[in-house]
Amino acid sequence: MFKSGTKIVLGTLVAAGALASIPAHAGKTVDAIKARGQVVCGVNTGLAGFSQADSAGAWSGLDVDICKAIAAATLGDANKVKWVPLNAQQRFAALQSGEVDILSRNTTFSLTRDASLGLHVTGVTYYDGQGFMVTTKSKIKDAKQLKGQTVCVQSGTTTEKNLTDFSKANNLNIKPVVFEKVEAATGAYFSGRCVAYTTDASGLASVRNKEAKNPDEHVILPQLISKEPLGPMVRRGDDEWLAITKWVIHGLLEAEEYGVTQANVDQMKSSTDPVVQRLLGTTEDTGKLLGLDKEWMARAIKAVGNYGEIFEKNVGPKSALKLPRGANNLWNKGGLMYAYPIR
Amino acid sequence: MAVAPRTPPKKRDWSWRSQAFRGLLYQVIAVLLIGGVVWWLASNTAENMRIRGIKSGFDFLTQPAGFDIGESLFSFDSNNPYWKAFLVGIGNTLRVAIIGIILTTILGTMVGVGRFSRNGLVRGICYGYVELFRNVPVLLQLLMWYLIFTELLPDISEAKNIGPVFLSKGGLTYPGPVWESGHLWILGGLIAGAAAAWAYRRWATTQFEATGKLRSMFWVPLIIVLLAGAAGWVAGGMPNQWQIPTKGEFAIEGGSSLTPEFLAVLFGLVLYTAAFVAEVVRSGIQSVPRGQSEAAQALGLAKGQEMQKVLLPQALRVIIPPMTNQYLNLTKNSSLAVAIGYPDVVSISNTALNQTGRAVECIAIIMLVYLTTSLSTSFFMNWYNSKSAIKER
Repeated sequence: MFKSGTKIVLGTLVAAGALASIPAHAGKTVDAIKARGQVVCGVNTGLAGFSQADSAGAWSGLDVDICKAIAAATLGDANKVKWVPLNAQQRFAALQSGEVDILSRNTTFSLTRDASLGLHVTGVTYYDGQGFMVTTKSKIKDAKQLKGQTVCVQSGTTTEKNLTDFSKANNLNIKPVVFEKVEAATGAYFSGRCVAYTTDASGLASVRNKEAKNPDEHVILPQLISKEPLGPMVRRGDDEWLAITKWVIHGLLEAEEYGVTQANVDQMKSSTDPVVQRLLGTTEDTGKLLGLDKEWMARAIKAVGNYGEIFEKNVGPKSALKLPRGANNLWNKGGLMYAYPIR
Repeated sequence: MAVAPRTPPKKRDWSWRSQAFRGLLYQVIAVLLIGGVVWWLASNTAENMRIRGIKSGFDFLTQPAGFDIGESLFSFDSNNPYWKAFLVGIGNTLRVAIIGIILTTILGTMVGVGRFSRNGLVRGICYGYVELFRNVPVLLQLLMWYLIFTELLPDISEAKNIGPVFLSKGGLTYPGPVWESGHLWILGGLIAGAAAAWAYRRWATTQFEATGKLRSMFWVPLIIVLLAGAAGWVAGGMPNQWQIPTKGEFAIEGGSSLTPEFLAVLFGLVLYTAAFVAEVVRSGIQSVPRGQSEAAQALGLAKGQEMQKVLLPQALRVIIPPMTNQYLNLTKNSSLAVAIGYPDVVSISNTALNQTGRAVECIAIIMLVYLTTSLSTSFFMNWYNSKSAIKER
């Protein structure tokens, strides 16, 4: 009863979570975090490059670094984070019920999720798109060759719907085989049950790199069939927490744009550039408006580096995933990453 | 409720110390308490969801689902509403449950009876089967069968075939009739045939009781049914179009197919539950007093007749109630299918839950579906049980 049990238990938990916490206002998220001295961060159970735990239980990845940066800004210590690994079905319930403060788990922003789940989207940390992975043996070069084929997919994601839209738009009659766990879906693909496996392109790279016996036997088709802006989500009801999350992400981007790195953040404090001065809190106290101190962004950058460094370290060309910067480059370098001014 | 005292009072005493009054009072309090708790839970959930800005309600059921389903008993399109997606899921659950129950009954009875075989090998195999399959968790068995189907079978492009039947990682593909309205006549013929066969058996039974003349109780009814079906086929204009599967470049095209997901769920559930059914059957047979068996032998009945005419009918009374439990278990265990990608009602509900975020509603639907199927199963089995119970006159 384990697998489906989780689901039932989960649903019951949502209900129970809603039932048990009788007080209408459980206190602001930020107050709770400060009182607890810990940010509770919901992450993926295991997605190389985005969030995965090593043998010692230390978490790393792009999504993980975002949480660390927020913890550093809010609590002064990037290690004051409690990690809660969540699967695709659990994630929203966990955030809604207050089990986690922030959901940094390669989650796609969409209208339904923003407007009807009692949650807020914050800032995009990775621009992604859904793709297909096939074996080189299948000789499929284009996603439109998947006519009438079986495609393995994980349930509880926007992926399922994108696949249907793509199949319909191109009259392909693709047969989805839907699995609850990502391991089951990729397992079925690698065993040959499905001709293709579909998920976000970054996820495909991660799976190919981590799980394929021989990564060279699998190709990721160049065609992307959807837009997947990924980023952290927070629960409604605490605007300050929403603002902190959003502005830490902008701060990390701003830091890259103005050349503030993990290594030089201390020297940069003596910079004469007014933008850098504001970012690092040497002149204006930008942190005060967020309910934080002056050093908030300086600490975040010192803990995990700027956005560019986070990208390079976890998923970039030098990492195991070897993902190109592409749309995730800064706006002035041909990408979509554009920080709102910190002032 | 209240037990009648040794000297039943002529008139009910309704004073506050009376048994009747107190009985009524306790019942009212119990009902109020239960109702209150349910109301408290429901209103609190609704209130908390409202505060958190979580949308609720069943209105999403009429929205277009927007996702495809891999296998379905009837045509389903992603533009169809959510309620139809749920129907597909319920259909898939019932398909595996009904076929599973039939196969489990047959296999379980055979194994259970096999444990009384005079052949030591048969006895040993049946014993080994029961011990092996009932002691391994059913989820593990499902995963094992799925692994066997997807790892060991040949790739779709190298499908093995015996004539027009293909076996590959894509499942079992076989020729299926092209649907025509004439097929309805076959169905009608079969139903009429079944009615005629039933009437024949009734007549044959009364004849046997009156004259002692034994008539075929199996072959003749079977022939009646088949003939009626054939007559229906002729009446329907003899539809004889078949869809023969062929091997295409990337896939096997045409024909009907059973997916590896369906086969794995069916194999896993049937083999697991049949082990329990075998034990139920064995215990039922053992519950029949030894004298019955000896009496049957004294009458000169063959071993097969003894089992069929004397032991099994009496064992049935012991077998049916625990059998109901096994049927319910099989139906409920089919929810494990979600682990291997079979689109049953739990799987569909999961997807719906994730697309709409209506967790409470979707879980409620799953619970309602299983409650309904389980209650109808046990209702039917209770009816059958009372029918086969000893008639005390």
